[in-house]
Amino acid sequence: MEHLPALQVVVPLLGAVFAALVRRGGPAWIISLGVSWAMPVIAFALLFQVQATGTISYELGGWAPPIGIEYRVDIVNAYMLVLVSIMAALVITYAPRSLASEIDEDKLGWTYSLYLLCLTGLLGILITGDAFNVFVFLEISSLATYGLIAMGRDRRAVLSAYQYLIVGTIGASFYVIGVGLLFVMTGTLNLVDIAQRLPQIEHTRSVAAALAFITVGISLKLALFPLHAWLPNAYTYAPSAISAFLASTATKVAIYLLLRFFYTVFGGAYVFSEIPVTVVLLVLSVAAMFGASIVAVFQSNLKRLLAYSSVAQVGYITLGIALANQTGLTGGIAHLFNHALIKGALFLAVGCIVYRIGGAKIEDLAGIGRKMPWTMAAFVIAGLGLIGVPGTAGFVSKWYLVAGALENGWWWLAFLIVISSLIAVVYVGRIVEIAWFREPSKTVIEGRAPPAEMIAVTWVLTAATVYFGLDADLTAGLAQRAAEVLAAGIEPGTLVPGVGQ
Amino acid sequence: MIADLVIPPGLVLIAAGFLLPFVKGQARSTIIVAAPLVALALVWGLPDGPVLTLSYLGYELTPVKADAISRLFATVFTLMTAIGGLYALRQDRVMELTAAFVYAGSAVGVVFAGDLLTVFIFWEVMAVASTLIIWSSTQPGAAKSAQRYAIVHLLGGVVLMAGIAGEIATTGNLTFTAMEANSLPRWLILAGFLINAGAPPFSAWLPDAYPEASWSGMVFLSAFTTKTAVYVLIRGFPGEEILVYVGLYMVFYGIVYAILENDMRRILAYTIVNQMGFTMVGIGIGTELALNGAAALAFSHIIYKALLLMSAGAVLYQTGKRKCTDLGGLFRTMPITTICGIIGALSLSAFPLTSGFISKSMVSQAAADENLMIVYLLLAAASSGVFLYAGIKFPWFVFFQKDSGLRPPEPPQNMRIAMYIMAALSIGLGIFPQLLYALLPFNVDYVPYKASKVIFQLQLLLFSGLAFFLLLGMLKRTLTITLDFDWFWRGLGRAIAREFDTTTTRAWGRTVDRTTRAAVRFVTALYKHHGPDGILAQTWPTGSMALWMTLFLAAFLIASFF
Repeated sequence: MEHLPALQVVVPLLGAVFAALVRRGGPAWIISLGVSWAMPVIAFALLFQVQATGTISYELGGWAPPIGIEYRVDIVNAYMLVLVSIMAALVITYAPRSLASEIDEDKLGWTYSLYLLCLTGLLGILITGDAFNVFVFLEISSLATYGLIAMGRDRRAVLSAYQYLIVGTIGASFYVIGVGLLFVMTGTLNLVDIAQRLPQIEHTRSVAAALAFITVGISLKLALFPLHAWLPNAYTYAPSAISAFLASTATKVAIYLLLRFFYTVFGGAYVFSEIPVTVVLLVLSVAAMFGASIVAVFQSNLKRLLAYSSVAQVGYITLGIALANQTGLTGGIAHLFNHALIKGALFLAVGCIVYRIGGAKIEDLAGIGRKMPWTMAAFVIAGLGLIGVPGTAGFVSKWYLVAGALENGWWWLAFLIVISSLIAVVYVGRIVEIAWFREPSKTVIEGRAPPAEMIAVTWVLTAATVYFGLDADLTAGLAQRAAEVLAAGIEPGTLVPGVGQ
Repeated sequence: MIADLVIPPGLVLIAAGFLLPFVKGQARSTIIVAAPLVALALVWGLPDGPVLTLSYLGYELTPVKADAISRLFATVFTLMTAIGGLYALRQDRVMELTAAFVYAGSAVGVVFAGDLLTVFIFWEVMAVASTLIIWSSTQPGAAKSAQRYAIVHLLGGVVLMAGIAGEIATTGNLTFTAMEANSLPRWLILAGFLINAGAPPFSAWLPDAYPEASWSGMVFLSAFTTKTAVYVLIRGFPGEEILVYVGLYMVFYGIVYAILENDMRRILAYTIVNQMGFTMVGIGIGTELALNGAAALAFSHIIYKALLLMSAGAVLYQTGKRKCTDLGGLFRTMPITTICGIIGALSLSAFPLTSGFISKSMVSQAAADENLMIVYLLLAAASSGVFLYAGIKFPWFVFFQKDSGLRPPEPPQNMRIAMYIMAALSIGLGIFPQLLYALLPFNVDYVPYKASKVIFQLQLLLFSGLAFFLLLGMLKRTLTITLDFDWFWRGLGRAIAREFDTTTTRAWGRTVDRTTRAAVRFVTALYKHHGPDGILAQTWPTGSMALWMTLFLAAFLIASFF
């Protein structure tokens, strides 16, 4: 039991190696399936342990921190571990026939290997308590991601992957420069240790520069507007199952990292009062909510539409961070979770469509609702979640965001949140109109029905979207506790959480 | 144990709705009729006060809270679902029935909601379910209509949500009680409610969408959306003066357009707006008598409007035709449908001994008691207008007038029985008003059948009807007089209505033109930057991405250094 934190990362890493060794798609999938479903089990065990006994500190290889690498699990990353591992398990259950139809057969084994490697990186970023170790895992997940995107059959997939590689590397370099500055100033790489030593030197320019480098580096990874330009192409040309996995996990992990640095390492008081982060983040979030949503309205490819919608939804999450009060932060974290479910469901539904008609061009979708009622019904319900209709998970998080804006007395912002949700009505409504209200086209009629497991997994996520909209206690409650832990740092004078416990 | 177990009646209907696609034949018929009756029994089993609370998003919600008003509305809603279900047994589009049950269930949910959030949630479910009813119809315009309907109701939902969020943020209180429209959030809540009631400037959604529903769908649609709006206004904004004016507008809007209309079900849709106008006036007056009147009118309107629409639905079901000019002379082969239609039309016109009379006269009386003489006279004038232009027009053109040559048989038995029940209720309540009065929220010491009132109403109706019947006699003799009469009927009335229509249409047209042009310019500008070739949607060169990162970093550094 005590080695669970290490297993969380080591198991998928070994799985990736085995998948690479067997090479063939079938056995590689079996390995991936087993490994991926082991992850949520470990993650839940960790979550229960954290809830029962408080923060877990695990010394990797028996070396005591701050010299050795520490794995540190508190309520915030336990929650994230559960989210990422469940999404990974669901997507891999969905994936085999979807991937087989979109990727050349000889690449399938590699795809599963990269998938597990990417999962290793993401879980590693979440669990580690060491700034440089974060960088290592960030690179592992990023390199795997580049590979996964390039698996798409469309030739533009390679170009998109290459472009993401260039800017992703710049982003990671910025991050590591920031960490370097912090190391120079504090002499340690352990996040908790850095947090403890920062208050004495926080007025130096080096610390401000470190924050700037780290923020910009991570902002690229989470696709903050206007650093989002890599995302639409990457999600559009990657195989559908991969798009679903990346959309619901990769950006979310980057957001977690930003939260971790803002609140735990630098401390909310420093970030939000000394540096104009609030204003910058607020402006960019609102720009994303509107700009990217409007772009989504005019898209002609469904995957690209969802990709731009993702950029907009990331805007809501960062908005919750920028509100810098506990309600807003709860909204942001809840939206992080809810958007993962919703966008996961939507991309999986698109995967079913691609399986049937071989593409995701919106004009080809005419009347597809009549031929694929289950898939498109799931799409509509998840789409309602994206809009934030009550009874869906999207409503819960937007509710908290509106309440957080009102708590700061920002009526105009509450208004903007509601108005921007209306743009989602337009782009979801457009698809609904084409898919349900038109006569089925020839491509639609002649296509093959997607296999049951693809529809089933899509519906699991869709049902979750509704379930977490009705029973808000679970997500909102966890998000609230996570926000409490993080937001404790906003009040000046309070100790950074996790320190001195 | 049993006493502690509370089953929300609305949920029974919703659950039954979702069960329908999975059963067939006799079992389905049984569920359709039995589930609403079970719900009705549950409605009357609920004790007063909050009976169910739960916490959601950190708020204490009261999803079920019963009192006299909510029980009144829930009674007629469940009753309506049972009889409407009986009428619709032969509807082979299961989706419509499922949607209708979910729709009815959430309407019951709204009337038992003890807090604003619950109201809102059921409100939205109603919007979605009712859209599906329209959409599942096979009428040619249904899909487009359903879209327009959905847009109006989503807009209403957003306005309502903004209002409720603001109300909770400013007062911290989410109990659903009487409010005064004295702050922005409350105005928004009022506006959200009014959109569903069919108030201006959005009255048009109702006659636009309802007639596109199937023969059975419109029966359900007429019963719930506008009536829940009446309920929430009685509960939330009693005595809000603006409702009197809104109501008067709706009363005359309904009449004017009913004159111009040729589609039999659209005529009836306009009279829904008209009758909702009467209830709005009642709520706006806000005295006990007026609120009783509004509630009673909503109750009886559900019954007689359902009766009218069942009669019209039977015609549509048997002939497939909706236009008055295509119909006529059906009384020969559809006597039962004709008589039921006439009973409905008489109730609609508030003839004594019908449910319309005992409820509508309460509103008029309340206006008189409050010395609102102009309101009283306008309502009286409108009553005769309703009679002339809807009360007579519908049965006359559909069942009598010229012989269209159509010889459709009577509708199937289940539809006939549903119509019998509604007709019996309509007349029964008219003869024994105490049955309805006992359910009203306030004590009733009002007596509808006073000689003066009955005589006044009969004079009003008979006078407007007299001309009709005299001319009808001449109509039989010569054709020219028919034309004369026709001119009186269509020409004069139409001329006035047209004048009103053209002036408003012209003003409206200009506004629409201007807004459309502005909107087109706006979208073109948006498209330029956000469209597929716009700067925001293009694939950026890698260099420019790197440039943005550098700029972002530079801005960040500069901002944090100074």
